Amino acid sequence: MWARALWLGLRAPLGGPRGFTSKTDLQGSGRITAEVIEHLERLALVDFGSREAVARLEKAIAFADRLRALDTDGVEPMESVLEDRCLYLRSDNVVEGNCADELLQNSHRVVEEYFVAPPGNTPLPKLDEQEPFPHS
Amino acid sequence: MAAPVLRWGCRGRRWALACVDGGSCYRRGPPTGSTCDRIRGQSSVAQQPLHTAQKPRKGEHKWAAVVGLEIHAQISSNSKLFSGSQVRFSAPPNSLVSFFDASLPGTLPVLNRRCVEAAVMTGLALNCHINKKSLFDRKHYFYADLPAGYQITQQRLPIAVNGSLTYGISAGKERGQVIPKTVRVKQIQLEQDSGKSLHDDLRSQTLIDLNRAGVGLLEVVLEPDLSCGEEAATAVRELQLILQALGTSQANMAEGQLRVDANISVHHPGQPLGVRTEVKNLNSIRFLAKAIDYEIQRQISELENGGEILNETRSFHEKLGCTVSMRDKEAKQDYRFMPEPNLPPLLLYDATSLPTGADPQQVINIDQIRETLPELPSVTRERLVQQYGMLPEHSFTLLNEVGLLEFFQNVIKETRAEPKKVTSWVLNIFLGYLKQENLAVSESPVTPSVLAELLDLLDSRTISSSAAKQVFEELWKREGKTPGQIVSEKQLELMQDRGALEQFCYSVMKDHPQVVMDVKKGNSRAINKLIGLVRKATLNRADPAMIKEILEKQLST
Repeated sequence: MWARALWLGLRAPLGGPRGFTSKTDLQGSGRITAEVIEHLERLALVDFGSREAVARLEKAIAFADRLRALDTDGVEPMESVLEDRCLYLRSDNVVEGNCADELLQNSHRVVEEYFVAPPGNTPLPKLDEQEPFPHS
Repeated sequence: MAAPVLRWGCRGRRWALACVDGGSCYRRGPPTGSTCDRIRGQSSVAQQPLHTAQKPRKGEHKWAAVVGLEIHAQISSNSKLFSGSQVRFSAPPNSLVSFFDASLPGTLPVLNRRCVEAAVMTGLALNCHINKKSLFDRKHYFYADLPAGYQITQQRLPIAVNGSLTYGISAGKERGQVIPKTVRVKQIQLEQDSGKSLHDDLRSQTLIDLNRAGVGLLEVVLEPDLSCGEEAATAVRELQLILQALGTSQANMAEGQLRVDANISVHHPGQPLGVRTEVKNLNSIRFLAKAIDYEIQRQISELENGGEILNETRSFHEKLGCTVSMRDKEAKQDYRFMPEPNLPPLLLYDATSLPTGADPQQVINIDQIRETLPELPSVTRERLVQQYGMLPEHSFTLLNEVGLLEFFQNVIKETRAEPKKVTSWVLNIFLGYLKQENLAVSESPVTPSVLAELLDLLDSRTISSSAAKQVFEELWKREGKTPGQIVSEKQLELMQDRGALEQFCYSVMKDHPQVVMDVKKGNSRAINKLIGLVRKATLNRADPAMIKEILEKQLST
């Protein structure tokens, strides 16, 4: 299930590596190391539950890599399909809020009108502590 | 730009302690130079280092500290940056939260015009280049008080870049001399604030209040041009005054409207920069200076002892006065920046590029904003010096104390007394009384009108200077009496009858022929004795200056 969610997520365009620094730069090699998997899992809180999922990830990246075949020298990257739209400016008036009860209904646990969360970020288990990939 | 130099003759905790003194550290210790000068060893007063017991080490090392600041200022606006919920300091938990702030699916950000104007105003006040096109990005990280899992910020192309912030360091050597210094502003960007987490360690849970989530912030990034706690504190104070003068932020550190993180490293001049640490949790200007100076000394000690500095985040511990490692933080965060897909580029215009027939509500004209900028603190200070002939140091004090400038200007309006007299009374006597009882100007028992009335009495020579001080002390007691009432009750009026005064002088001189002899012999101090005797005789109701004049006249005949 997790792997499928990841596949759907990856079908959206990948963020351009040119604009930002990217830790997961896989130029050339199609293999994804265990370190990268661990890193991705921590960053995006996804769970690569099986080897099949990792393989699917590699295929998705290879698919997107075909974009590199295009010569984009001297072409400004398009950051958004909205780039020639007008950014609407809202007047500084208070028109929303005052719906604590409604919002708190979404929360599993509530204490006196506060949302309840676990203390800090729950650390993910280290790679060597994880179970080996089960066969799917 | 030459980096200032820290002298470190030999390791000495005593030396470290002398410098860690925060706050008004340039007042204590050696009488000349600021803290930075002291650390530099460039003080003109030749002073023996505290560590004379040990011989200076071979190849005495010099250290230079480099401090960069990231300042977050909450924008003063009615509603949040991307939603229409209210911005307010205290309110029932989660009552100021819209569906967008709670990150419910299907909601979209809508940019608040006021926040953009605030950013432009601040950029102009800090001499920045305003980017006519700026972009919004998402910065991803997981934390319970960030419901969307990302913060909308401006990482690629912020709204303002390449500015400068000028501040003044007091050079204690010559009174009133203030040295201007500048720190470069790297950029100013608009971004969202996160909610608040209340950690309940007892029940192992965190309570989340999203009232603050989505409030607009101005992040001001300063280049690492600062070299010690005092410089950083002064620069931040100046920024605070600018933001308050512009009205773009109330910049109250105690209420979390102004937050500062410091990046600190040390190195030997001429060599590459050292590893830097980030210090967070600085809740006041005083602690900011203290924390930075502590961290500088800690790094120097560590390196001198052969250790190394870790690139880590540290928290300032107020009670212990030291920085503590926050080692539970991840090694290096990867924020996976990406363009905010729901917001087109932010376009700003000036007088020449303004599109014709555009809805004024939908366009922002940089030139128009520049024309309507309020008076900045540096301009106000200059004006005070020119208009009232006060020393630059006085103008700094007037602006530094909340409400003092307004008080001063109200007194000036209502009194006939000379501005210099008003300055002296407000900065020395009035401020002195406030400080003694730790009161704010707004809590003062003496109003500007009352002080003006008192100064009028002084100016018209109805009372003497010492009598005026007595009256002031009475006024401070909040008994509701006017200066005039106190003067008549205590019979403090100066004698107006010159003839009677001459009589007093004559009789005093007659009764003390020896003293008169001394004066005639050329003893200049003897006349003070005579003045004192006349003052006593007149029950202190005579103007000492007049007494002296009459005595001198009578002595010369």
